[in-house]
Amino acid sequence: MGNENRIINLLLKLHIALCLLFIFAPIAGSFVFSLNSDRFPSLPLGEFSTEWYRLIWEDPLVWQGFANTVVVGLTVAVIATVLGFGGAYTDFRYNFTGKSFYLALALLPPTIPVVIMGLAMLAFLSRVNLSGTTISVIIAHGVMCSPFAMAIIRLRLSQMDPDLEAASWNMGGNQWQTLRYVIIPFAKPAIFAALFITMAVSFDEFAVAWFVSGLNETLPVKILGFLQGQVSPRINAIGSLAFLSSMTLIILAQLLLRSPEDKK
Amino acid sequence: MTKRPTLFSLILSMPLLLWQLLFFLFPLLFLVAISFWTVRNFQMQPDLNFGNWERVLTRGVFWDAYFRTMILATAAAAITSIIAFPASYAISFKMSEKAKRWMIFILIIPFFTSYLVRVYSLQVFLSDAGIVNAAFGYLGLGPFPMLNNAFGIIVGMITLTLPLVILLQTFSLNFVNRDLIEAAHNLRCGRLRTVFAVIVPSAKVGLVIAALFAFILSFGDFVSPLYLGGGNPPTLSIMITDFTKSGQQWPRAAVVAIMMIITLLTAAFAAITYAYKERGR
Repeated sequence: MGNENRIINLLLKLHIALCLLFIFAPIAGSFVFSLNSDRFPSLPLGEFSTEWYRLIWEDPLVWQGFANTVVVGLTVAVIATVLGFGGAYTDFRYNFTGKSFYLALALLPPTIPVVIMGLAMLAFLSRVNLSGTTISVIIAHGVMCSPFAMAIIRLRLSQMDPDLEAASWNMGGNQWQTLRYVIIPFAKPAIFAALFITMAVSFDEFAVAWFVSGLNETLPVKILGFLQGQVSPRINAIGSLAFLSSMTLIILAQLLLRSPEDKK
Repeated sequence: MTKRPTLFSLILSMPLLLWQLLFFLFPLLFLVAISFWTVRNFQMQPDLNFGNWERVLTRGVFWDAYFRTMILATAAAAITSIIAFPASYAISFKMSEKAKRWMIFILIIPFFTSYLVRVYSLQVFLSDAGIVNAAFGYLGLGPFPMLNNAFGIIVGMITLTLPLVILLQTFSLNFVNRDLIEAAHNLRCGRLRTVFAVIVPSAKVGLVIAALFAFILSFGDFVSPLYLGGGNPPTLSIMITDFTKSGQQWPRAAVVAIMMIITLLTAAFAAITYAYKERGR
């Protein structure tokens, strides 16, 4: 039995390793190809080269896309986190008729396929003369990102001692003061985590942005353009940089979410 | 805690509600409306015309795409679930708490990489002169065509869904009562039988929901069919982008989109009904 156990455990470990290899090979590949001189990388690999990074560095369109991405990402992070905080607190504190409708509306957007979201947004926003603007991308990403912010903050609120609020009220604090001095400080790590994570989601979202952005393309939409046009390892260079910035945001969020627990 | 909503509660709860009503629910309802509109001189005009529905639903092209998308998404969901299960099982039952947390963190990473970049990278791996075929070449095998066919599409869809499915399965396996497994072992239930007779049934809801998510994501994905499958013959999501981007046929795209939403809702309803069935037995 013990022997069989070891073989099975070994096989299971091997299986996990293969899954991780499958998941991460394209990501790692993109890094390697971005530093490789070949236009069509294959085995054996070509020479080390930073050519593709130089090309994107010198491309004004990439810079413009980058600027749009950052503007959209920052705005969306703030909007989604504010909306998500309100939603999370509402779910935490109140019971009302139609609450399940409220929650469904708040949390369902990520389950709608992006092409359908894109089409619906485009049709609606062009009707109100907003399609093709940066605002339209912000509106669409606000819809898609606020559920994530809400979920993150809601989880944190559920860790709060419910007596904390009551104590604040008993000591004469009104609802606003309680929000300002008790709830927001308690939820602060989650609020920052929500800001970073929604920003990262917005950074990588290309499909809906592609439908509604018109000429104000964000960087991921530029990548889609590159994919449709000529084959170019520039995609790998942009992708690697985007990956590094997203990862920085996620690790910051992770540290923020973890540290209060460790201190206790 | 009054019964009537206070100003405070309204200020906190209403912004999200208004935003999602105006920018999420309303656009989706508007999509239903424009499916009855007509296009003249590249301009959409409000109308109550069933022509778009008739044109789309009576064409073989649509139904071919519909069933192809259905088969691809179902296959991707099934294959991903089968590949994911041993991994989730090992993470949930064989790893220390610390290792578990690390695995979860590692599996979250792919969500924050660009799916487009991963698909582009997969093109390099899977092309006839690509990395995988070069490796096969060293063994004197191949080259195998892995791009611009169903294989490429499925590989792309698994890339998209595998991390999520492993995570969801792991979470549901974490909730399986460990005493049940102990009891099964004490009753001399074999290892494999324990998995299929004890663990899978008690984690059924989570496993079905994981597969459902894989199906939803694959069904709506247009990147893999386009860049790994070659885009021809089209899937439903490619039809939508084609109708919208090149043909200016938004009403017809809306018809396809509504058909997709109906299908997904049906699938979700069926899956959840199935997941909760027989639980009280």
